Amino acid sequence: MVNITIRGLSFGYRSRRILKDLNLIVEDSEILGLVGPNGSGKTTLIKCMDRILKPAGSIILDGQDIKDISQRELARQMGYVPQSSPAPPNITVFDSILMGRRPHLGWRVSENDLDKVVEVMEMLHIEDFAMKDFSELSGGQRQKVLIARALAQEPSVLLLDEPTSNLDMKHQLEVMETIRSLVLARGISAVMAIHDLNLACRFVDKLAILKDGTIHAAGEPSSLLTEETIRSVYGVEAVVMGHMDRPYVVPLRSLNEGLVCE
Amino acid sequence: MICGKEPVAEGGPGIRERYSRFVGRKMAFLFLLSICIVLLAGFSATLGSANLSVSEVYFAILARFFPGHFQTTWFAETVVWGLRLHRIMMAMVAGAGLAVAGAAMQGILRNPLASPFTLGISSAASFGAALAIVMGAGFAGGEYLIIGNAFLCTLLASLAVYGLARYKGITPETMILAGIAIMYLFSALTSFLQYVGQAEQVAEVVFWMMGSLGRSSWEKVWMVLAVLALCLPYLLLKSWDINALGAGDETAKSLGVNVERTRVVSMMLASLITASVICFTGTIGFVGLVSPHIARMAIGADNRFLLPASALCGSLLLLAADAAARTILAPVILPVGIMTSFLGVPFFIYLFLKRRKEFW
Repeated sequence: MVNITIRGLSFGYRSRRILKDLNLIVEDSEILGLVGPNGSGKTTLIKCMDRILKPAGSIILDGQDIKDISQRELARQMGYVPQSSPAPPNITVFDSILMGRRPHLGWRVSENDLDKVVEVMEMLHIEDFAMKDFSELSGGQRQKVLIARALAQEPSVLLLDEPTSNLDMKHQLEVMETIRSLVLARGISAVMAIHDLNLACRFVDKLAILKDGTIHAAGEPSSLLTEETIRSVYGVEAVVMGHMDRPYVVPLRSLNEGLVCE
Repeated sequence: MICGKEPVAEGGPGIRERYSRFVGRKMAFLFLLSICIVLLAGFSATLGSANLSVSEVYFAILARFFPGHFQTTWFAETVVWGLRLHRIMMAMVAGAGLAVAGAAMQGILRNPLASPFTLGISSAASFGAALAIVMGAGFAGGEYLIIGNAFLCTLLASLAVYGLARYKGITPETMILAGIAIMYLFSALTSFLQYVGQAEQVAEVVFWMMGSLGRSSWEKVWMVLAVLALCLPYLLLKSWDINALGAGDETAKSLGVNVERTRVVSMMLASLITASVICFTGTIGFVGLVSPHIARMAIGADNRFLLPASALCGSLLLLAADAAARTILAPVILPVGIMTSFLGVPFFIYLFLKRRKEFW
């Protein structure tokens, strides 16, 4: 129900510029996959979108620049799922997710807040370890709890930073299926940084390929992922096959252009 | 497929019910601690050379509040109100203050080894006291020379840590590193003062650094209590934000928390509480480090409950330590700073070994 327009976004740490005059549009009710090599700016872009980092340029959320929205108001609009999270012990899964209600609640927790937490837990099938410590969970369970926390915020945009990076095959699929069905069921948008091109192709509506801090190309995965693109963006020779209407990338070898033995 | 599934019917109670029981247990723990403190305070007031029974003590206390209903003797009233109760109250408020400051520090720095003294506060206070004792120089006069010096040096150290950390961004790492630098600076200054000081002055500095409740008075109790009453509500109000900091700065920001402000203000308040306590008592260690851990092991790390629970644990620990310090070698009264460790360490090790779970 919202769309995001990113215009002229630039961000850099002291000496290094990470994002350079980046433009991108996220439509409502779609999953946008951000792909690209390490250091191309995927994570930075996601953090800029949630104003965890403060970039130059503008990010317009539903006609309003997010610079003009308070951090708390933004937290009601956008939910951020980090790649991993410190796990202080003695915090239960329930309390971890309840934290996601923080942008909505005052100090007291209302019945409504508790209901929302239970609802999210049931949706993600994690109600069995509600009272367990977050620090005792496995990687896949933790990832689900982090997603649950972001959902408890009831955001209209979900930002995910490599949600599958630490997971086995089954959990990767489970997490992606969960996100897919949430986007459909709740009509929210999702922006996700992801490394696995094949997983991305199966689950996203649109891909944006980042290279050196700008959008190299954006569009439907099937038209976007060609052998040429993969060579020029990743420096990898690959074969792209069609499978169930989706491109399927098989990497062959890396092209070390600059590396010459003297 | 995820949404279409029916919720699975479970044999056990629902999540909501389990959660409210979980909260109930925390409230019960807080209640239990409060009862223990009241009982121990009453018992502690009977200890000493003047023999008073527990009931005489309670009657003497209650008679002050309900003059018509309770009878007491002049002797009991004088001993309890004039001699013992302010010391007991000081133990309670000092323990509570140090423990709350410790819990807040551990929360905002995400570090189990953080205590009220992490950011160089104790060495700054010691330097302030040493400056007053050895050089006779300071910011205030008369009785308040040592107190004023310790208090102001502590705040000075906090500001220095803040200034240094701010330069690189207010993260747990920058604050701890800045704190270590400041700590070494002040301990070097203290060592220098001890080196140039005379023997009895050095002895006084050392005694001050051990921490003692012997210098308490009603006036000082009220001052500490006032600072606590000012700072604790704010920390409690911010307990959601401190919880969020535990999940990482980025997550906290994404939840709408002003990370740097929360961290700086909480640190300043924790420092203020600590300064207001140790300027009267000297550096009482251990309470501020361990009380939050004991509370955390008992009721979990949710700061809404952890902060008050830590305060009560700190009160109880310091009260017990003071009672022991007054009786073990009676009529000699040991410095309470020594006693807290003797009493707290075995208890802490017991908890630490008993729990299978990771405790931080």
